[in-house]
Amino acid sequence: MTGPLVQARALRKVYASRRGIFGRVSHVRAVDDVSLEIAKGETLGLVGESGSGKSTTGRLVLGLEQADNGEVRFADAPMPSMGTQVWRTQRARVQMIYQDPLGALDKRLTILDQVREPLDIHDIGERSERDQRALELLRSVDLSAEHGRRYPGELSGGQRQRAVLARALATRPEFLVCDEPVSALDVSIQAQVVNLLCDLQDRLGLTMLFISHDLRVVRQVSHRVAVMYLGQIVETGSADDLFSAPLHPYTRALVSASPAPGRRSADRIVLQGDPPNPADRPSGCAFHPRCANALAACRVTQPTLSQPSATRSVACHLYADGQRSAA
Amino acid sequence: MRPLLAIENLTVSFDETRVLHGVDFSIGKGEALGLVGESGSGKSVTWLAALGLLPRSAKVAGRVLLDGQNILGAPEGALDHVRGRRVAMIFQDPASALNPVLTIRRQLSETLALHRGLSGRSLQAECKRLLDLVGIPDAERRLSAYPHEFSGGQNQRIMIAMALSGNPDLLIADEPTTALDVTIQAQILELLGRVRRETGMAMVLISHDLGVVSENCDRVAVMYAGRVVEKARAGELFDDPCHPYSNGLIGALPPLDGERRRLTAIGGTVPDPRNMPAGCAFAPRCALETAACKAVPPLLVPVGPGRDVACHVVAAQRQMHVGQAAE
Repeated sequence: MTGPLVQARALRKVYASRRGIFGRVSHVRAVDDVSLEIAKGETLGLVGESGSGKSTTGRLVLGLEQADNGEVRFADAPMPSMGTQVWRTQRARVQMIYQDPLGALDKRLTILDQVREPLDIHDIGERSERDQRALELLRSVDLSAEHGRRYPGELSGGQRQRAVLARALATRPEFLVCDEPVSALDVSIQAQVVNLLCDLQDRLGLTMLFISHDLRVVRQVSHRVAVMYLGQIVETGSADDLFSAPLHPYTRALVSASPAPGRRSADRIVLQGDPPNPADRPSGCAFHPRCANALAACRVTQPTLSQPSATRSVACHLYADGQRSAA
Repeated sequence: MRPLLAIENLTVSFDETRVLHGVDFSIGKGEALGLVGESGSGKSVTWLAALGLLPRSAKVAGRVLLDGQNILGAPEGALDHVRGRRVAMIFQDPASALNPVLTIRRQLSETLALHRGLSGRSLQAECKRLLDLVGIPDAERRLSAYPHEFSGGQNQRIMIAMALSGNPDLLIADEPTTALDVTIQAQILELLGRVRRETGMAMVLISHDLGVVSENCDRVAVMYAGRVVEKARAGELFDDPCHPYSNGLIGALPPLDGERRRLTAIGGTVPDPRNMPAGCAFAPRCALETAACKAVPPLLVPVGPGRDVACHVVAAQRQMHVGQAAE
């Protein structure tokens, strides 16, 4: 049996920020002790609200940013550090897709030229065949040669995101990190791109880290899901289990806050207060000030991930105790 | 009973390009009406036009009856008695709607003095009462703070307080929670619900999110390319959507529980307002398209109690059912 394709262990990233020009420097732990594994051909969804550290985690896993602590392994080798020759070669094997396709595309190049560019940069295939390959890539994301001749400004939002996807797939990557790839799109267009992502994943056996705040979209594309709160993973599980029976009080609140058509909410869990400032994280469990089930221990000790079942892990004192008494 | 506000055959054109093609609907006292549609469907323009907030270059026609009186094209002086006092509006981005260099007290006082003529101690007391009402803790002290000292959710609460300062009969909430995290969205929607219960205020909730509208509104109007294509009670619309576009929107939404199915994406994109199809605007994306759809734009026709649909095919089918049932 082979190990996971992507493995991150105890990642930590601290940013220094200063309030005002003369203010004291404070340290923000954007990502704090995050470990995750993604098997080959698997999609791991990463959900959380703004400031939960999900995007930073994505960048750390790709090696776009250097972790202050911890290690990322890709295909059983440490992720090379950014800017090195090895890293550059590796970059063809891992790709990233962002929320805003217009910002990710060059306004002055045609779509076809942009999809071809990675082939030139990484010197893939015969020069004469590259245009042909770029056209194939466009077709694989349901864009025509006619679209290829246009500039980004002449495409709709959904078409642009598909062009970005075609470009990311040009180097035949094994691992794709998608950071809110459909959040800026209208529902009907979002469905087109979500279906396309699922098809491509199926056909190409891609391994994906799918980052989004939208629980519905994450469930749709992911095999497994990890929930982040204030820089830490608080719960993981299979996509179906996690959303049908959330364990962590935060996951429960998230699921219950997600509006559903055709249902009038009677017993919605409405969390009080805002997510705390990562620069001033609460003691013990970071979620305890907003948690309805907080125990005395939650204020003091930070819970660690425990495993209530083989496919589930949760960082909450409620379940750590349950396990202990069961054992 | 006369509706609180009725919009009749409202059209809007910018530079000879028509973006609103005759919109009709009404809101009863204390009612919550949802307005759904994708970007460019005209849901915001409808209200900006109705309240005289569009630039002069826009050509607006039709009638907007507030308690039976037409306010469309009314002189500024008359509109000043409507805007903020009878009808208030809140927007998606509270941070840019608030003045960053004035304290919350200054900004709240301004609207209270303008709409209610308050001053001195009663003004101060009312400022505090409004902040208490929208759930800003420690209102007395927080009145001296500036917008940047509040979180996004709190700024939206302040915007709501400001909208409530004129005791309006109708609140137009234009994507009020789109920029907010889902747990904060739940707080704001709960707040709006509570305020409506306490004051009996009617609300128009403009949103692209079907779930948000479904859970918070009595009736829903679905807009597409500058027209209302379906009107229904919220529950009915989601259980049994009539118009192929409504049907498509609901199918495009990934489910949060139950079996995962492939999303039914609506192919193609929204038509360009400068180049609209001659017949039904949805026809090029519609599976039910017939010859009639290409030729004539369908009108909204009743197909059941409180149920209207603008579709040649569905209207014929449903009206037949209604006819059969009557026999």
